[in-house]
Amino acid sequence: MTRLLGGIGAQVLAVLAAVGRVAIFAAVTLRHLVTPPFYGREFLGALLNIGWLSLPVVGLTAVFTGGALALQIYAGGSRFDAEAVVPQIVAIGMVRELGPVLVGLMIAARVTSSIAAEIATMKVTEQIDALVTLSTHPMKYLTVPRVLAGLVTVPLLVGVGDIIGIFGGYQVAVRSLGFNPATYLQNTVDFLEPLDVLSSLVKGAAFGVIATLMGCYSGMNSGRGAQGVGAATKSSVEAASVLILAANFLLTGVFFSA
Amino acid sequence: MIRYEDVHKSFGPNRVLRGLTLDVPRGESMVIIGGSGTGKSVALKCVLGLVEPDAGTILVDGRPAAEGDREAFLARFGMLFQGGALFDSLPVWQNVAFRLMRGALKRPRADAREIAIEKLRRVGLTPEVADRFPAELSGGMQKRVGLARAIAADPAIIFFDEPTTGLDPIMAGVINDLIREIVVEMGATAVTITHDMTSVRAIADRVAMLHGGIIRWTGPVAEMDTSGDPYLDQFIHGRAEGPIAAVR
Repeated sequence: MTRLLGGIGAQVLAVLAAVGRVAIFAAVTLRHLVTPPFYGREFLGALLNIGWLSLPVVGLTAVFTGGALALQIYAGGSRFDAEAVVPQIVAIGMVRELGPVLVGLMIAARVTSSIAAEIATMKVTEQIDALVTLSTHPMKYLTVPRVLAGLVTVPLLVGVGDIIGIFGGYQVAVRSLGFNPATYLQNTVDFLEPLDVLSSLVKGAAFGVIATLMGCYSGMNSGRGAQGVGAATKSSVEAASVLILAANFLLTGVFFSA
Repeated sequence: MIRYEDVHKSFGPNRVLRGLTLDVPRGESMVIIGGSGTGKSVALKCVLGLVEPDAGTILVDGRPAAEGDREAFLARFGMLFQGGALFDSLPVWQNVAFRLMRGALKRPRADAREIAIEKLRRVGLTPEVADRFPAELSGGMQKRVGLARAIAADPAIIFFDEPTTGLDPIMAGVINDLIREIVVEMGATAVTITHDMTSVRAIADRVAMLHGGIIRWTGPVAEMDTSGDPYLDQFIHGRAEGPIAAVR
């Protein structure tokens, strides 16, 4: 019994220690974010990689999700003669929840893993040590541009994902379910409120920071060799995904609990 | 110029440095030899702040290495890493000119590129290599690019970490000759760590033998073969029998 409790206690302490390390890493990143030097070229590269190059996967995810959502709502709504709510529910579902969460998770899969693998490889091949010897702080050169790019681009991706998701629902509703195009669009626009859009963008910003920060953290703290790189990549995606879902719950409570 | 005073460093239960004391005079080429895992790389990294010693002092020109303006301190150093440690995402010339494109030594992009190409030429690489990426180069070429990067800002002190590891004997000889020429030409202080005895004889003014976390022997390279030190003798002749355990 004592051994069991000791084991549980050790696990709890390990989790708390990990949370503490991530919090310190975030605080150090924030400090470097507001103090020069700034590496503009690296920031532009991160904008391109995280934002522009993620557009295809975000677009495809959103369009299929919006389409599937329209089908589901239509099928479920028909049980109690509520098929007409498809435009409103697709809009609110995509903008408030599915858009930000799915974009966040796709960014975790695509960007967090790539950042973690890249930085972990740099660590095991001594490239990070080389940066230090070249008078360049790794946090400023590697972490800050990526986190800043995540903060800027992921809300935009979420916005684009919301629009494409609604478009996917529109296409299915109009082409397969017999909705009038003008009425569908009018219902969508009328039903959405500014707070819905604001919550979507704020969630996007939070998820962008979480995804990039966890990629950088795992990369910087990776173990040695190929196994270390693999473990860092895996743990970064796991942690980012769970944190994105947890942050989504908290932010949903903040915006819509009343 | 560089002085280690009773430097200790442990990684968990593994006591790597157990009181390292060593002087590296200005303008000399010191080669630290010793078996794998004896702390040679750790000794170099302690100077640069990549590894923090547990105890002891490291002085560079009489001032503690850990104090003062870090950027200015590091600007005096160049380092060639064992695996090259070139930045995969940057073309060769930007690797070489990295320090010249950022921070206190920043200069116009065109000037930085010109200096990079000149340094590449100095290490025997043609300007055509400048726009290639590190992954497109052979191991020997990567080492040369690493060497060009180490000397790009004309540092006063250059560290070479296993400069010939993984190279064929001819390429190793080329790198050894380059290191010797560059150190003499620049008048730099050099510290090389290696267990390649050919490199030692080609590069060193002085040799220090690191074993068991301390310096067992140090002296001019010319006295290495007649030192009478059993550790050094065993190491330089590659004998399995002797005071150094073959299985560590």
